[in-house]
Amino acid sequence: MAGLQAQHLTKRFGKLVALDDVGFEAAPGGIFGIIGPDGAGKTTLFRILTTLLLPDAGTATVDGLDIRKNYREIRGRVGYMPGRFSLYQDLTVEENLSFYASVFGTTIRENYHLIKDIYQQIEPFKGRRAGALSGGMKQKLALSCALVHKPAVLFLDEPTTGVDAVSRGELWDMLLKLRQSGLCIIVSTPYMDEAAICDRVALAMNGRFMIQDTPAAIVAAYDRRLLAVRGDRMWELLRDLRSFDGVLTCHAFGDAHHLTVSDDLDLAALRAYLAGLGHADVQIAPATPGIEDCFMLMSETTGVPT
Amino acid sequence: MKVITADHLTKRFGDFTAVDDISFEVEQGEIFGFLGANGAGKTTAMRILCGLSKPTSGRGTVAGFDVTRQPERVKASIGYMSQRFALYDDLKVSESIRLYAGIYGVPGKRIAQRTDEILASLGFEGERDTLVKSLPLGWKQKLAFSVAIVHDPRIVFLDEPTGGVDPAARRQFWELIYQAANSGITVFVTTHYMDEAEYCDRVTILVDGKIEALDTPAALKARYGAPTMNDVFFQLARGARRGAD
Repeated sequence: MAGLQAQHLTKRFGKLVALDDVGFEAAPGGIFGIIGPDGAGKTTLFRILTTLLLPDAGTATVDGLDIRKNYREIRGRVGYMPGRFSLYQDLTVEENLSFYASVFGTTIRENYHLIKDIYQQIEPFKGRRAGALSGGMKQKLALSCALVHKPAVLFLDEPTTGVDAVSRGELWDMLLKLRQSGLCIIVSTPYMDEAAICDRVALAMNGRFMIQDTPAAIVAAYDRRLLAVRGDRMWELLRDLRSFDGVLTCHAFGDAHHLTVSDDLDLAALRAYLAGLGHADVQIAPATPGIEDCFMLMSETTGVPT
Repeated sequence: MKVITADHLTKRFGDFTAVDDISFEVEQGEIFGFLGANGAGKTTAMRILCGLSKPTSGRGTVAGFDVTRQPERVKASIGYMSQRFALYDDLKVSESIRLYAGIYGVPGKRIAQRTDEILASLGFEGERDTLVKSLPLGWKQKLAFSVAIVHDPRIVFLDEPTGGVDPAARRQFWELIYQAANSGITVFVTTHYMDEAEYCDRVTILVDGKIEALDTPAALKARYGAPTMNDVFFQLARGARRGAD
């Protein structure tokens, strides 16, 4: 297998350790998701793997090539969509695409089949300047430009940040289709719910990978007793739940609060305590953890400040 | 008591109607969620309500002032925070508070007192002389929120305040929002996190410049037969015809 292998990557900027001993493997025909907030080291990692930055320590191979020794060859084999729109705003849609194709010594026609599904959606506007496109169309153009030279590995740095929930779904549909072609896709996102769509994910914070595995295995490894609690006054409930003995953590999770509790916490006592404080319509049930629960547990137990 | 009223607000740019005849009222102390797909008109509507853009037609009042005729009075009555820009990295924490207090017109004598109050309420007493750039992102966001309400405004507008923040910090941020609302500040907030829509007292969903739905999260979920606000949003926003911004 080629794909991507990275070991012990570390990068410092002055005193800041932007990337702290990070290693992972990503297979062709798979989506590897790096899930984490700003400051997790996602962009630094992408810049190292696309040979735009050298690590202080560690090694990596991309499509079988070493990031230090073979950086020129790697550049021809990766597609990179940075977090910020980086195409030429005053070139048209078609001009941008043919420029990127020519830089890589190819043509739109030669690889049209690779980008067809995505490019067709913006082709009616091929004479429009990139700067005048809507956000969703810019993204489709950027993705087309990142794919036009038939890369083996595709890097997408936060393609869904600041994007609404419906458009996020559309982008993921495109990535799932691309995966079928055997492409190795590395994508970063701050949205925890997107982890479930990836084949493998790393949960990242403050330059470190806290855990990496399949999303299902990460959720299965969650070993705390987790409860979901609802009531008629949710914010007071949050405060009161935290004061109850045996409640370890308590966080708002949409329409319920998620609590990690000690194994011997007595539900009847908790109910009586809440009733005594005047909470009505209280529902307490065991909860199934999601990736966000896992992320919060990992970041609490690894002691990284938020 | 109504602190925001929008009465048939419309904003056109050439032949494009960004905000299309929207009407609603927001009560004092309410947490009012303003949702919509990219390009639905959220930012334009918010700019009108902040006195930064004049509506083409219709009327809006904020804190009792007319957004078209008294935009400066409106600006003095509100706070504003955006994820995209909030604080200057190379100011200290205390300097950031002093800067915004000055901009918002807090009397000089009161600034020291407000600074102490904010540092105490955030548990930042030890960070008074810390540069903003060396604070963790979650702390920056909390500080940005606190400086946006340094002048005790009637209303605070929050434009995607939690973008990029880790899950624990995102929740701590919402607890600050709730405290502010409890003290009587009205909170007008946009977000792409659908779980955060659940924390609002009422939610508006804007589609193609029009209000498609406005109600409590519980009522919206019941009306659309949806288990979560995410499902409600998908049902409504999928019908959008215009592209993202």
